[in-house]
Amino acid sequence: MNVLQEVLQFIINALSLGGLYALMALGLVIVYGILRLVNFAYGELVMVAGYTLLMLGVGPIPWLIVAVISVGVAVFTSLLLERVAFRPVRQASATTMLITSFAVSALLQNAAILFVSPRAKAVVTPSFFTENFQVGNLLISKGNLAGLVVSLFLLGLLTLFLRRTLLGIALRAAADDFVMTRLVGIRANQVIATAFAISGFLAGVVALFWIGRLGSVGPFVGSTPVLIAFVAAVVGGMESLTGAVIGGYLLGALTVGLQLVLPQSLLDYRQAFVFAIVLLVLLFRPQGLVRGPAVTERV
Amino acid sequence: MLSVEDVHAGYGAIIALRGVSLRVEAGELVALVGANGAGKSTLMATIAGVLRPFRGQITFEGRSLLGLPPEEIVRQGIALVPEGRRIFPSLTVAENLRLGAATRRDQTAVQRDIEEMCMRFPILGKRFHQPGGTLSGGEQQQLAIARALMSRPRLLMMDEPSLGLSPILVDEVFAMIGQLHASGVTILLVEQNVERTLDVADRVYLLNTGRVECEGTPEQLRKQVDIVGAYLGDTRGGS
Repeated sequence: MNVLQEVLQFIINALSLGGLYALMALGLVIVYGILRLVNFAYGELVMVAGYTLLMLGVGPIPWLIVAVISVGVAVFTSLLLERVAFRPVRQASATTMLITSFAVSALLQNAAILFVSPRAKAVVTPSFFTENFQVGNLLISKGNLAGLVVSLFLLGLLTLFLRRTLLGIALRAAADDFVMTRLVGIRANQVIATAFAISGFLAGVVALFWIGRLGSVGPFVGSTPVLIAFVAAVVGGMESLTGAVIGGYLLGALTVGLQLVLPQSLLDYRQAFVFAIVLLVLLFRPQGLVRGPAVTERV
Repeated sequence: MLSVEDVHAGYGAIIALRGVSLRVEAGELVALVGANGAGKSTLMATIAGVLRPFRGQITFEGRSLLGLPPEEIVRQGIALVPEGRRIFPSLTVAENLRLGAATRRDQTAVQRDIEEMCMRFPILGKRFHQPGGTLSGGEQQQLAIARALMSRPRLLMMDEPSLGLSPILVDEVFAMIGQLHASGVTILLVEQNVERTLDVADRVYLLNTGRVECEGTPEQLRKQVDIVGAYLGDTRGGS
């Protein structure tokens, strides 16, 4: 392989993994921006979608429809959690909400251990996740290409929603000043439910690709995605959606890049290198790469 | 139009209002004056639904507002220009204005009103696609007022619209308030700038430590100025 090919290969892989990470981070930040809640149960939305893939995957339903249902289940679960777990503590402190999210996360993981299995189970995934195709001398993974295209498409769609629709504008306004958003007449529950629905949707899509890569689903399948989402969001700046996307792509590029340059013996410690670099970034820019709007006082 | 009766309210253990009663008739410009901490902003927040009163009654056009969240109170026809302007800094001027009309469904009329706001406040037209956070204090104040007007309120509440503005802009803001009043908008105005406020108001309430100290027309209040001088003293002649 010559240098050009290697660069192209890197770009495709980095954009694919980075896109996936960006979607993960966005799902976390879209809720954080409004409620100041880091929803650690976010990973379990990935898990729930994963188990749906597992259960319906063996049946006669085509994979694409199973995928749509799985995303739907993640959205539904996210809305349900908002209603039963987070809404009652919305007026409480940020710490209370954070602990609530840990509790919900542990509850769902243990439910999976109890009712399904403590061990990961193989999921039927369509063959294209593992297939490659050749362009010249370039070997491209179909799964990676699909991830790249889908993430870019969803980012575009989300941008349109946030800029062009009243609800989308209200969502951004709520991140600026939640009480003022209510004072102009936006219903608090509607904005928050929308944020949770988008978060669940993103977790569902992430699950398709994440579990497609892994080939299996277990009770702790969501813990890596939520960690990556959190780190990407912190690097990008917790309060900025743009920052979350940048953080996601940066983390993806870093991970793929290290895979290329690290010697075989150190490859297992790739994540450690990634997080070391993240620490360095935060040392120089503790607020993250992109600053959000000034934090307003909440009444 | 608006009637507040014996309202007690506050933040947690801090009681800021101790039995305030006032009324605003349609078309009136009613001003609330008083020293810092008198409870003016608390009263505004309570009427707007941000705070729930411990006791008392608030009715607007005959309907009780008690227990309604802020988003429903706007729908009754009350808009607030809050203290400190509180425009949405990361949203463009256009988006700020559009959100001001969040309660309205008549999109073509909303579009027309946005154009009208840009005529009334030319600077908003010039900065139309800039984030609100990049505007100067005076420009933000105009945006906050325009945003409130976008809901076509029957009652406009303004909390310290001249605070922190240069003297020229203070003149502009008061001219604007006069114009709005002349065009038939009912206004409840909170101000520290007592002299200027007495010039434009139909009636005035003087608040002191959570109670109405006295009320009347600006002339009546000026006659009592010796009695209330102690409260107006340091804020007379502008801040």
